[in-house]
Amino acid sequence: MRQTLAEKILSRASGAPARPGQFIEAAPDWTFLIDTSVRVILGHLAKIGLDKLPYPERVAVFYDHYAPADNVANATDHRNGRDFARHQGITRFYDVGTGISHQVVAEKGLVQPGQLAFNTDSHTTTLGGLSCFGTGLGAAEMAYVWATGRIWLRVPQTIRVVLKGQLRPLVDCKDVMLTLLGKLSSRAAIYRAVEFHGDAIQHLPMASRLTLCNMTTEMGAKVAFVPFDNVTQEHYRNLGIDVDGSLGQPDDGATYEKTVELDLGEVVPSVACPHTVDNVRPAQDVKAVPIHQAFLGTCTNGRLEDLRAAAKVMKGRTVAAGVRMIVTPASRDVFNAAMKEGIIADLSDSGCVITTPGCGACCGVHMGLLGDSEVCISSGSRNFLGRMGNPTSSVYVASPATVAASAVVGHVIDPRMLV
Amino acid sequence: MKVSGPALIVGDDINTDVIYPSKYLAVSDRAEQALHAFEGLGADWPAKVKAHPVLIAGWNFGCGSSREQGATAVLAAGVKLVVARSFSRIYMRNCINNGLAVVESDDLVSAAEPDGIVEADLVAGRAKVANRIIRFEPLPQHLIDIIHDGGLLARLKKG
Repeated sequence: MRQTLAEKILSRASGAPARPGQFIEAAPDWTFLIDTSVRVILGHLAKIGLDKLPYPERVAVFYDHYAPADNVANATDHRNGRDFARHQGITRFYDVGTGISHQVVAEKGLVQPGQLAFNTDSHTTTLGGLSCFGTGLGAAEMAYVWATGRIWLRVPQTIRVVLKGQLRPLVDCKDVMLTLLGKLSSRAAIYRAVEFHGDAIQHLPMASRLTLCNMTTEMGAKVAFVPFDNVTQEHYRNLGIDVDGSLGQPDDGATYEKTVELDLGEVVPSVACPHTVDNVRPAQDVKAVPIHQAFLGTCTNGRLEDLRAAAKVMKGRTVAAGVRMIVTPASRDVFNAAMKEGIIADLSDSGCVITTPGCGACCGVHMGLLGDSEVCISSGSRNFLGRMGNPTSSVYVASPATVAASAVVGHVIDPRMLV
Repeated sequence: MKVSGPALIVGDDINTDVIYPSKYLAVSDRAEQALHAFEGLGADWPAKVKAHPVLIAGWNFGCGSSREQGATAVLAAGVKLVVARSFSRIYMRNCINNGLAVVESDDLVSAAEPDGIVEADLVAGRAKVANRIIRFEPLPQHLIDIIHDGGLLARLKKG
């Protein structure tokens, strides 16, 4: 049986051939937890009376959503989580300032191609950039997986996305995903796996691959993959980690539910307008919208390449009067690399506010909330009603270059209009 | 396993920021969570949810965050069954794994009327709505068992 990568990984993890539609039980390689889930999962574990985790070596904990803590209750959660990790012998503990879970996982090479990983965060599909099966869970289910080492899954059908051609200047993979969302809708991949193929893939660096896979969550995807290739190999070689690439590749001739093609040369700077991620228009068609906040960061677009793209657009320019621009590097490694390159100084010179690495303003719980009727342009993934903490505010989702250009002029603009 | 009650109807692409706004993530008491169920749609919504044991939704229900409060707040408000044309996968799992029954059925959603009584037999895959019988694909028995036992952890505790 020739298998897609999702089928292949689930076959290995369940010990039997996995076919789409089938329900299987699998043993995960990794089970990650973020700080917003600490309180909930500790409650669940107390209720089932589980004192000692049987597999602490499969666990990692990340403090990213409200780090540093914004109030006493969350600070106490953080404290309880640290005590818990120490008690359980969880050595992979990434405290305040390390960064967003998915980014840290990629930087540390925590997961490997072909592995099965879960995290109590919906953007765990990001790990598909590493050819790893990553997906999100709720806390009750994570407690169950921690207790038993097992999980039930439905084997997904796979959609093949074929990317051809090359991106034009000031267009990036965020625009690619917004374009796909606009064409296919936010329901296009519900309960599906997505595999990215095509000649364009080999030119895309790891950062872009993580962005592609990250945004498939907004199409409803369970999981997404860029199959293992030279770029993946290079990523792990730089980390000094030996991996078996064949575990991160689908079989030739696997069966796909459908194939979608996109010529990257046709993609333009795009914006997801309020309040759904598939309400996508070319940036040049929404230029009249004034903004109050620009936000650069997140697991979607808070990497070094993204900060570099924004700094390039903003070089010699400043944030418009009446606009605040918040820059939240996705991780400490990103922050440090950006400092060494002079990007942090450039962004600060342009009037940006640089914050602790983490999820920042994206999820509306910590830093950079919006006031009544305010408008934000964000390099994050979501523009849902109330997403950034206020149901009367509006969020536009765009690429780092578009966010930076918009901050400079004070309204949503196609970055190509600025240069 | 049977569920019945009047239906509350919501639209398409209802996301978790609307179902359970992130500012209440710190609330762990489920009765208190229930006071904010669907608050993102307006201050009167938590009371509406409380008055309707059956929630009827459109496409892509529960899209967005993995926060399980989206399911537990609705459950604590007294909802016994969520029917949608399609579910976001994490939301659907959070329902099942916390003991809230789900049915994915385009036909059942189309047939449902505001405040109309829905009587669903989850095992038989059959529902009565406005004197019509609608058939749907039932969940596999082992998932119905999880719901019946009150969720994955309750089942684990039961042994």
